[in-house]
Amino acid sequence: MKIRKSTIIIHVIAWSIALFWILPFLGVFMAAIRPFKEIVYGWWRFEEFNPSLNFFAAALNNPSFPMSRGIINSFIIAIPSTIIPLLVASLTAYGFGRFSFPLKDYLFIHIVILMSVPQQMMVIPLFFIMGDLGLLNTHFGLILIHSSWGLAWIIFFMKNYFSILPVDVEEAARVDGASYFKIFYKIVLPMAIPALISAAVLQFTWVWNDFFFALMFLYDPHKMVATQCLSNMKGELHFDWQLLSAGSIIVMIVPVLIYVLLQKYYIRGMIGWVRKG
Amino acid sequence: MDRMKSKVAKKISLSLFFIPAIIPMIIFVVFPILQTIYMNFLSPNGEFVGLNNYLEVLNEKNPQFAIVNLEGFPRFPPWGALIHNLVWIAIHLPITTFFGLALAIILRDVKGASIIKSVIFVGMVMPMIVGGIIIRFMFTEGVGIVNGFFDLIGLEGLTKTWIAYPDTALFALIFGSVWLWSGFSLILYSAGLAAIPKDFYEAAKIDGASPFRVFFRITLPLLKPVTIVVVAMTILWELKIFDLVYMATMGGPGGSSNVLALTMYIYWAYGLDYVRASVVAVLLTILTLVIAVWLIRYLVKR
Repeated sequence: MKIRKSTIIIHVIAWSIALFWILPFLGVFMAAIRPFKEIVYGWWRFEEFNPSLNFFAAALNNPSFPMSRGIINSFIIAIPSTIIPLLVASLTAYGFGRFSFPLKDYLFIHIVILMSVPQQMMVIPLFFIMGDLGLLNTHFGLILIHSSWGLAWIIFFMKNYFSILPVDVEEAARVDGASYFKIFYKIVLPMAIPALISAAVLQFTWVWNDFFFALMFLYDPHKMVATQCLSNMKGELHFDWQLLSAGSIIVMIVPVLIYVLLQKYYIRGMIGWVRKG
Repeated sequence: MDRMKSKVAKKISLSLFFIPAIIPMIIFVVFPILQTIYMNFLSPNGEFVGLNNYLEVLNEKNPQFAIVNLEGFPRFPPWGALIHNLVWIAIHLPITTFFGLALAIILRDVKGASIIKSVIFVGMVMPMIVGGIIIRFMFTEGVGIVNGFFDLIGLEGLTKTWIAYPDTALFALIFGSVWLWSGFSLILYSAGLAAIPKDFYEAAKIDGASPFRVFFRITLPLLKPVTIVVVAMTILWELKIFDLVYMATMGGPGGSSNVLALTMYIYWAYGLDYVRASVVAVLLTILTLVIAVWLIRYLVKR
């Protein structure tokens, strides 16, 4: 079979772009495993090469902002902040998808608009509310905030999914006298598992990656989440590239692993924005 | 009587689908948003001052807090946070959108396309705070790959720590964020292209249409919904950008890479002025709402 010239050119271009894209990651990886004097004139020089895992240990056991604690805190925040809004929002999304009542569309549009509001718009009053409730600087408080914040987009996402599910089975169950709740968790939720996984993957990643809410509502170094520990490792004037690079890899490894393992669901969740609702 | 009772019972059971979501949203989202708006019109002592706070925020010239400050325009930043956001959109939106589309088209005929897509998409997956560190790293003299690249192609004049100078810091962040965000348009356009039926292309081939004609007459119009979502979501991202700037430059040097979301935080954390912080938050939200309403109207019409 003859290979056309244009095919070769396209492959060279595409793979060069991929290589180009990967270089910054490679740089961070090199900075995380090699001492400063080896990378100060460029991490791509290999006259000397003494890799070690010391900087990972230094980041994990940082005396002021221990990343090992931060990772645990991030899980403590992100797991409930994924499960709670997912359950609550799919209930409501189902309500929007199947029931009709006055002002329904009006209410739904407002929920959709909430998705676009920046976090900055609500944190100041929320800071005082949390203070009054005694939830400032607590993990529980941050979980409440993340869960409430995630509801809008998950309602939107799940409603889109429910509206493409066939209703015949539900109607048949209804005729047999099943209650709305029974239909919801016996019939609808099992059918919606792929969408639930997509929403969970995205919500977990976003909560894990979040920095602004944590910055506003957590200030005790031992309660801080991983992204916060990482940002605090930055000195006032001096950037410790080794420590920051090792820390970066530790923080990003969780969302990147999720993406690699559950890529199908992740991408479907992203593409869900384009599909007609 | 019984029928009334069952009707009420039905209403209660239906409302249980909504109450668990609506109540926390009202307490932790809607109420704080309304209060932020309300605070805009009060002085720190709680007196009603109308739009005075807006005038003060918009007239602020201190580069750390400035929203609009065009004294240095068009030579080099700082131009004020709002202008920086707009410059961000003007550069970043066309580059990422066109790049994503072009790459999505090329990758249809490339072996291992899914690996390439994954590599480019990782920028979307990782925390933006890490993105800020990596961008700062690649633009730092000596250790960074960007400067290494300029050295390699003989442009030593461009070798410097881009992040550290007011005239280049903002642009370094913008180009760095192209690296982070291009995966979004790539993935969406790839999905959009895959959804176009093959018959369309075969019919065009039989008619002898040139590749350019096929692209402008078939591919592009059919991708319009994707383009609208990509453009809207990208603008929203550019307006809300925070972590990346916080980590890479903290808006510096001298406010030359400041953005709206960060200005709000600087007012709050350094200025200890929550009234003006809330004014900046409202200005930012107005911009995002314009985009969101446009997107929603389009989606609803469809």
